[in-house]
Amino acid sequence: MALKHATPMLDELEKGPWPSFVSDVKRMAAKGNKMCEDWLGLMELSYKEKEGHWKHGGIVGVFGYGGGVIGRYCDRPDLFPNVAHFHTMRVNQPASKFYTSEVLRKLCDMWEKKGSGLTNMHGSTGDIILLGTTTDQLEPIFYELTHDFEMDLGGSGSNLRSPEGCLGMSRCEWACINTQDIIYDLTQEFQDALHRPMFPYKFKFKSSGCPMDCVAAIARADCSIIGTWRDDIRIDQDAVKAYVGGEIVPHGGAGGPRKDFDIKAEVVDLCPSKCMEYDGKTLKIHNKDCVRCMHCIRVMPRALRPGLDCGATILMGAKAPILEGAQLSSVVIPFIKMEPPYTEFKEFVEKVWDWWMENGKNRERLGELIQRLSLREFLKAVELEPDPRMVNTPRYNPYIFYDPATVPGGWEHDATEYRKRHQA
Amino acid sequence: MAFDPKNVMQDRITDIGPPKYDKFFPPIIKENFGKWKYHEILEPGVLMHVSESGAAVYSVRVGSARLLSTEYIREVCSIADKYCDGHLRWTTRNNVEFLVSDKAKLQPLLTDLRGRGSWFPVGGTGNSITNIVHTQGWAHCHTPAIDASGVVKAVMDELFDYFGSHKLPAQVRISLACCLNMCGAVHCSDISILGVHRKPPFVEDERVQNVCEIPLVIAACPTAAIKPKKFGERKSVEINNNRCMFCGNCYTMCPALPLADAEGDGIALWVGGKVSNVKSAPMFSKLAVPYIPNEPPRWPTTVQTIKKIVEAYAAGGRRYERIGEWINRIGWERFFEKTGLEFHHEHIDDYRLAMTTWRTTTQFKF
Repeated sequence: MALKHATPMLDELEKGPWPSFVSDVKRMAAKGNKMCEDWLGLMELSYKEKEGHWKHGGIVGVFGYGGGVIGRYCDRPDLFPNVAHFHTMRVNQPASKFYTSEVLRKLCDMWEKKGSGLTNMHGSTGDIILLGTTTDQLEPIFYELTHDFEMDLGGSGSNLRSPEGCLGMSRCEWACINTQDIIYDLTQEFQDALHRPMFPYKFKFKSSGCPMDCVAAIARADCSIIGTWRDDIRIDQDAVKAYVGGEIVPHGGAGGPRKDFDIKAEVVDLCPSKCMEYDGKTLKIHNKDCVRCMHCIRVMPRALRPGLDCGATILMGAKAPILEGAQLSSVVIPFIKMEPPYTEFKEFVEKVWDWWMENGKNRERLGELIQRLSLREFLKAVELEPDPRMVNTPRYNPYIFYDPATVPGGWEHDATEYRKRHQA
Repeated sequence: MAFDPKNVMQDRITDIGPPKYDKFFPPIIKENFGKWKYHEILEPGVLMHVSESGAAVYSVRVGSARLLSTEYIREVCSIADKYCDGHLRWTTRNNVEFLVSDKAKLQPLLTDLRGRGSWFPVGGTGNSITNIVHTQGWAHCHTPAIDASGVVKAVMDELFDYFGSHKLPAQVRISLACCLNMCGAVHCSDISILGVHRKPPFVEDERVQNVCEIPLVIAACPTAAIKPKKFGERKSVEINNNRCMFCGNCYTMCPALPLADAEGDGIALWVGGKVSNVKSAPMFSKLAVPYIPNEPPRWPTTVQTIKKIVEAYAAGGRRYERIGEWINRIGWERFFEKTGLEFHHEHIDDYRLAMTTWRTTTQFKF
């Protein structure tokens, strides 16, 4: 059956070995899905004109929430009436995205009936993205999600965004913290902030179980919670020997099935803090000098494991460029135990938010506010003591904002006494 | 009770949050939670995780387009039913993982996946180029400079061999954002594909007052290039084009300041970023190519340029060395030489803190 719109340019994207979204949407259109049919036509127009055809979001949503729905209208409803309204709903994903076919099928049934049948699995932040529905369907979908799926909407706008973590202890031997539980707990605790905009701008929590940071928490989250340990790397010397002897494939097989492993060149010499020695028999780690980069552990996963005194490093302020340029998160708490109910951490978060809501300008991310008012002001506000682990280097300009409280007599001069000593 | 459109507040449930993370765990994951001891990649795309109890789970990773139909999801479900008792998961990089606890089902699963055309490429593990994290592009966004899904498809078609193999010095993470907003956060990737505008917005003076909060528009400009102006009796704004760095932030605040333009828009490529703390600290991606025209439907110049970068790295990178670490070792002058990319004025930073990126040593290579 010929589709409503010819798509010669999009059809070029049906070629090649990678899965084709065009073929996927076309089979939906071929089954009579009118939204998919017009969506293809609209995409083809964009490909021809090299310009997008979606307008700014209108204010649409479900009652009582100030987020979770992104209003979207096409700017050529005359040509593509079935995607004239094409709103997105963000559905908060279960942390680290395990599903059963049963729940996914049910979601498909619902979304084919009430929306376009198109999704993103998943959005960049982590939500299940339901792409394309009309305003009149928003409330029925929300009702069905909350009643029949026990699911809820995710964050958008100046809300807490849906937190996300790596898969952590569910299938990784390196998780130093229970990322999934942390993310679930924070999501539940801060439901109000997630659904009702109260911040100057968006706020993101992301948690990775170890310094490899598989969810890119350090680059993307206003609050990055990254698992780490304070004691010694656990060593199995027999397994070290097995690696050296070529009995176990190095790097967990990530570099292919090799037999030429060289522990000195590949592990000892690549340690960034040079804290390791190998004398041909025993691997020695000077743990006091270790910066926990994970390289040796990932290369010899059966011989080396993170320590047992585990917790998290908290870093804050990461964001993409808009407005003041991209930032990575900076260390503010070098080590904190992360155990339920996470009371100490949550109290810290409340202090951070109070300061940000008090001082932040419209659309100013936390990292930008810290930059504008200084890390010192931030640390004072959230009652943290300065620590050399917070900086790469102490300042190298002499423009120090000395605190008058630390100067005898404060900022007051005795002008009369001064002039008695110095003639003008 | 069923939904009543006349009484939407009836039986309303709110603020329940997502399903708990373990609600959909397969039994083997539930039983071995927190007990995993080590893992091994048996072949590209196939992971084996072994628990302290001796139990093992096999995960088969397949690439997906991220923009997925319910038809696709149903097919994934039927595969999960057949081999995984209905269990599956998605990764942060848009891959699907089928988790098998019975090793006897592993080969039949792989054979089945490979027999379904191009829908389920197996790979994305170890020293591969895994799936590209990306944004919406022309598919569903109002500020894009480029499409997302089409560029990703064209790039992955070309780099396909690297997805299903472990032949690179280390993993290569590619990401795409269709404008500087970067909802895909591409600022720390080995290779980033970024949609850029090159024409300042034009001002629709007739509309500005009706659709925009003028003070917010003015405040939104990072370089203070926007000021208020009178347009007859109406209020509007004026843009100092020389100060515009094409971030599009004003357009986000005000739809009467469009900047999308077929000839102005295109792609910038960035290299050498990473988020992992392994060996070296996380790094930002740096500019490799300031502009490549938009070339739908298959963006050949972008695709070939990325391939050139990957091949130069594959040839010169040492084992475990990420692209950024390779460049730091050989130096940027060598990077441009080895990739054949040209170095232009745009590569030299002239924004805030620019001087921290200038060479302040006599150490460089001829």
